[in-house]
Amino acid sequence: MLRFTLIATGLAAVAVAGCSSSSSASSTSSTSSPPATSPAASSTGTITVFAASSLKEAFTKLASQFEAAHPGDTVKFSFGPSSGLATEITSGAPADVFASASPKNMQQVVSAGDASSSQDFAKNVMEVAVPPNNPGKVTSVTDLAKSSVKVALCQPQVPCGTVAAKVFKNAGIKVTPVTLQPDVKSVLTQVETGNVDAGMVYVTDVMAAGAKVKGVAISASDNASTLYPIAAISSSKQTSIAQAFVAYVLSPAGQQVLAAAGFEKP
Amino acid sequence: MVAGPAAPSRLTARERARRAAQGRVSRSAPAPLVAPALIAVAFLVLPLAGLVVRAPWSRLGPVLSGADATQALVLSLWTATVTTGISLVIGVPLAWLLARVSFPGRRILRALVTLPLVFPPVVGGVALLLAFGRTGFLGRYLNSWFGLTIPFTPIAVVMAETFVAMPFLIITVEGALRSADQGFEEAAATLGAGRMTVFRRVTVPMIAPSLGAGAVLCWARALGEFGATITFAGSFPGQTETMPIAVYYALETDPDAAIALSLVLLAVSVIVLVSLRDRWLRGGSAP
Repeated sequence: MLRFTLIATGLAAVAVAGCSSSSSASSTSSTSSPPATSPAASSTGTITVFAASSLKEAFTKLASQFEAAHPGDTVKFSFGPSSGLATEITSGAPADVFASASPKNMQQVVSAGDASSSQDFAKNVMEVAVPPNNPGKVTSVTDLAKSSVKVALCQPQVPCGTVAAKVFKNAGIKVTPVTLQPDVKSVLTQVETGNVDAGMVYVTDVMAAGAKVKGVAISASDNASTLYPIAAISSSKQTSIAQAFVAYVLSPAGQQVLAAAGFEKP
Repeated sequence: MVAGPAAPSRLTARERARRAAQGRVSRSAPAPLVAPALIAVAFLVLPLAGLVVRAPWSRLGPVLSGADATQALVLSLWTATVTTGISLVIGVPLAWLLARVSFPGRRILRALVTLPLVFPPVVGGVALLLAFGRTGFLGRYLNSWFGLTIPFTPIAVVMAETFVAMPFLIITVEGALRSADQGFEEAAATLGAGRMTVFRRVTVPMIAPSLGAGAVLCWARALGEFGATITFAGSFPGQTETMPIAVYYALETDPDAAIALSLVLLAVSVIVLVSLRDRWLRGGSAP
């Protein structure tokens, strides 16, 4: 009997452990709108913005400016890989705004009927990130093809993985990474911790990381870019705030924050 | 111990126990307990049914025979098996120490080694990375002295799985050791058996059913490991991308493939449970 109890406890623990490891980043609470009030334009509330990992620093700053300009409104974020966020939204995740690092993932959301139209608000290009002491002695993107250089890339379906593949194609090299990471920030983390010699990230990520990594520029002829579209999600219960946030991102004030973070105009 | 078909007397005893158990349930199960129990059953079983219903049966063959799925399954199976082997070799002696030897700090040590049971596997992955990563406090010497880098290799997968799964074996075996009758061991010792002989010939056979159950639990937990693996070992097809990680990524690109891969893991789990159940029942009445 005791044995059965032990085994049952063990199995329960297996199940719990399994659950906890598969949870996604969308632990942010959904909208906190009062249920029975009419959605007047002046009402305040909370919106949840699903945004590509590469937007983390810029959007966090942008949101605090937005909140200052719209007293009472709160912006919450769920940052992650655009491909994963798009899947979450089409599966019914409570997003009010989606900012994608690739038109393809936005198209996924629009085709599923979760957004009607999107607008491009930024452009980003790639850069090689290396640890500050540059253990792999990487001086150009072609060094990544060397077998002695340990490289981290994004998963091929994540925008940063797709764009990196374009860069390698432009440069005419074949790169065998040691790991394919779930999103661009986790590639950066592998570089910061010194577990890899180089990672393919966006110029904005290198800028945001400050002294923790060093950037190795990619020549304009080899580099590739990605467009960032943004859209309010149709099922949002806070449509007016969601649209106001989208407008703010596209406004001169929003564009200034993005430019300061290293993003280019679309 | 359990050679050949069970003796008739034991069968009868088991049958008696089974009938007694059934009798108890039907006679005195109060509705306030039955209703929530049924909800629990529905909650646990319905998602699995959903997996089976949504399964892309027509595409199952092509998806599963694809190189990625096969690679992930093979990697998962062998790393889980190696993990179980390592856990038996180093975990069982630790369980014995915790159960049978009295030393200062034993309770603290027990709490420490079973900690991975309760904390999030991702945290375990971070801890492993900080210790054995290329710039970790141990990993940096492995790297500079031997040129050895552990992350992003199958070795890292085994380490992550062992970290998370071995405590399941330790706790199961330790419980069995503590509840086992030490009289047999003492008798063997008085008859002149050395301490290792007692361990090998008396203790291990006595706890064999729990040892088996613990090993299977450990194997199953290792097979399902995700958080510590992706954090410490990264993910690359054929090297470190295990089945759970393959399922996770497939959900973003090809949900049908994710369902198909999940079905395989479900099937493996069911096979393990069924084979384990036989062992439990046969071993259930053994000493």
